[in-house]
Amino acid sequence: MNGSKIFIEALKCEGVDVIFGLPGGVVLKIFDELHQQSDIQVVVTRHEQGAGHMAEGYAKATGRPGIVLVTSGPGMTNIVTPLADAYMDSVPIIVFTGQVSTQLIGNDAFQEADNLGISRPCTKHNFLVRDVKDLARTIREAFHIATTGRPGPVLVDIPKDVSINTAEFKYPKKVNLRGYNPNHCGDKTQVTRAAEAISQAKRPIIYVGGGAVFSNAADEVKALAEIGNIPVDMTLMGLGVFPATHPLSLGMLGMHGSYTANMAIHHADLVIAVGSRFDDRVTGKTSEFCPKAKIIHIDIDPTSIRKVRDIEVHIPILGDVKAVLMELTQALKVSIDGRKKDLREPWWNQLRDWMDRYPLTYAQSDDEAIKPQYVIDRLYRLTTDNDPIVSTDVGQHQMWAAQYFKLEHPRRWLTSGGLGTMGFGFPAAMGAQRAYPGRLVLCVSGDGSFQMNLQELATAVLYKLPVKVAIINNHYHGMVRQWQDLFYEGRYASSYLSGLPDYVKLAEAYGALGLRATSPSDVDAVIQEAVHMDGPVLMDFEVSRSENCYPMIPAGGANNEMLLQDPPHLSPATKSLVGVSDDSDSVLTA
Amino acid sequence: MSVESVEREHIVSMRVENRSGVLARVAGLFSGRGYNIESLTVAPTLDPTISMMTIVTKGDDLIIEQILKQLNKLVEAISVVDLTERAYIDRDMAIIKVKTTLETRAEVFRIAEIFRARVIDSTNTMYTLEVTGTGRKIEAMIYQLESLGIEELVRAGHIAVAREPYGADTDRRSE
Repeated sequence: MNGSKIFIEALKCEGVDVIFGLPGGVVLKIFDELHQQSDIQVVVTRHEQGAGHMAEGYAKATGRPGIVLVTSGPGMTNIVTPLADAYMDSVPIIVFTGQVSTQLIGNDAFQEADNLGISRPCTKHNFLVRDVKDLARTIREAFHIATTGRPGPVLVDIPKDVSINTAEFKYPKKVNLRGYNPNHCGDKTQVTRAAEAISQAKRPIIYVGGGAVFSNAADEVKALAEIGNIPVDMTLMGLGVFPATHPLSLGMLGMHGSYTANMAIHHADLVIAVGSRFDDRVTGKTSEFCPKAKIIHIDIDPTSIRKVRDIEVHIPILGDVKAVLMELTQALKVSIDGRKKDLREPWWNQLRDWMDRYPLTYAQSDDEAIKPQYVIDRLYRLTTDNDPIVSTDVGQHQMWAAQYFKLEHPRRWLTSGGLGTMGFGFPAAMGAQRAYPGRLVLCVSGDGSFQMNLQELATAVLYKLPVKVAIINNHYHGMVRQWQDLFYEGRYASSYLSGLPDYVKLAEAYGALGLRATSPSDVDAVIQEAVHMDGPVLMDFEVSRSENCYPMIPAGGANNEMLLQDPPHLSPATKSLVGVSDDSDSVLTA
Repeated sequence: MSVESVEREHIVSMRVENRSGVLARVAGLFSGRGYNIESLTVAPTLDPTISMMTIVTKGDDLIIEQILKQLNKLVEAISVVDLTERAYIDRDMAIIKVKTTLETRAEVFRIAEIFRARVIDSTNTMYTLEVTGTGRKIEAMIYQLESLGIEELVRAGHIAVAREPYGADTDRRSE
């Protein structure tokens, strides 16, 4: 059997039914073989980056690895951003890259790149298959590595001759990687210590992240919270793993987290970190991060534990979140029994007081520009009954979506957290839509972000992926503009997006539907029309250009140092937005 | 757990898959995360599928803990041991070319003898010396020879093994 057929058979053994990719010289044989079978569909994208993010969206929504096939050279270099993104956010994708023939490697051959060298720092592991006899085993190993332990991207580089040469196809049942032991089950003594600490804590908080999503531990997180009567903070990556409308939920914490979520972790006496990694956007100033708390940290990745210099972990538990939480809740049921129920009443009184006094809020009046928060809020209220999957790009719209789109279930939230990749949202939504053709998939994007992968509109139309994209259009790189407002005296260096396309016409040019809302009264109608349409829809929401995203912890601040609104020097009376540099025509008053 | 923030030298001994690219992975890990490599040696073991890497690195307890964990996470790392945490024997080797004159020839030879170095090449104006020992010993010898005129110096980098326990003395932490 030739290498290309071995590739296909191996993927079938792994249950793959879709590949996202783009052909090129050295992978022609593989694409040719794919063309002659029907078990695996190839979603051909317009750009390799789109294929990578589609695979990520597919993997995040389903929990199964997303598969990418691209060519050598530029095909490979275009996939670097999705690899780095998946590595940061622990997304299991397997990227197959073509490589020049083995005898040409190292000769600066046409479309040659050092795929292993380039991808090494942004993959969990990578392989070059030098002999077709090793291909099936390597693919088996790639799937194993990508999906076990802390998941992550794996790259398999396949030279052209390996895809043509023949070998017997035997798919190994077992993986033999003596250096790879990703499974850890939480130490029993530590679990008991944690349960004891939780039972005694007066001001505990759960700080749950993406690790709980990957571990499929939503039920276990809920059990822990409910048994212990413990409030829950979610990270950006953890959204959905605990129901946003649950009375114990405080929402998202971090730089743009809710007031209560941030105050709660700052004043807690016990932090239970679950599959979260003390990212700098969560901790703020590390030396002042939850200064009064003991910390329990549950994580599958030993390098995540005690990584941050200033943050001491008192009870580290190395293990799969789901397995550890099951044990922990059992132990907690025993140790919490008989304790005074009102131990945490003062804590909850304090939390409720914060929630009442400082809820997430915005004001929308009929006669002013659309508030971006209003769009997200309406999007949420009008679609929540459909249990949609929501992807985002990166920037202000992402934070507003995280704040106002309340998710009840895990694997509904596709966002680029660690790397912060603008251009992620739209293809990621398409990947999720490909996995669940019948579900409602929304993409909240920005006028800047959307342009970074807009070419995939063609793919959405061609493959009938009816993603509904909501562009929060403020004619700026909004988050950049916000920082310039706050920290660069309002000099909008390069953040004004002149030359924006007409998104309605753009959608139409690709054969999709474009809709526009320019006043608050348009918003509901646009959303409803989009949701009821069969195909992909681009919704252009012309929103207030000066709106900033709050709460905000300025960089270097502690979690109790939040800006809740524009500081006085940015108040609407004095604030006028002026496009700088060559945009002298655009004097925009807020 | 108390963490010391004093920088110390550590010798890490790693068994890795004997494949191309493994060295790049290890080196890339150090450079990518800003860790120091003082020296690194790699050579095959009795098992041809396994290579032994000896890495001398520097850092405080927290950094060293991260380095060990990160190295362990590499798929091709079979075992990772911080030898500094136990009794160990380490050796470095150097080949040193020393300029000589009629006046200094005897002195160079005497220093070589003191450090049990061997003369492996000799011309009218040069001795080439070979010396093995701990890093400290070699540095001491270099220090003495420097004033006499070192022409060229090559060091192999550290190799190290854990000492075998003996008698009841199995818990020794240092030499």
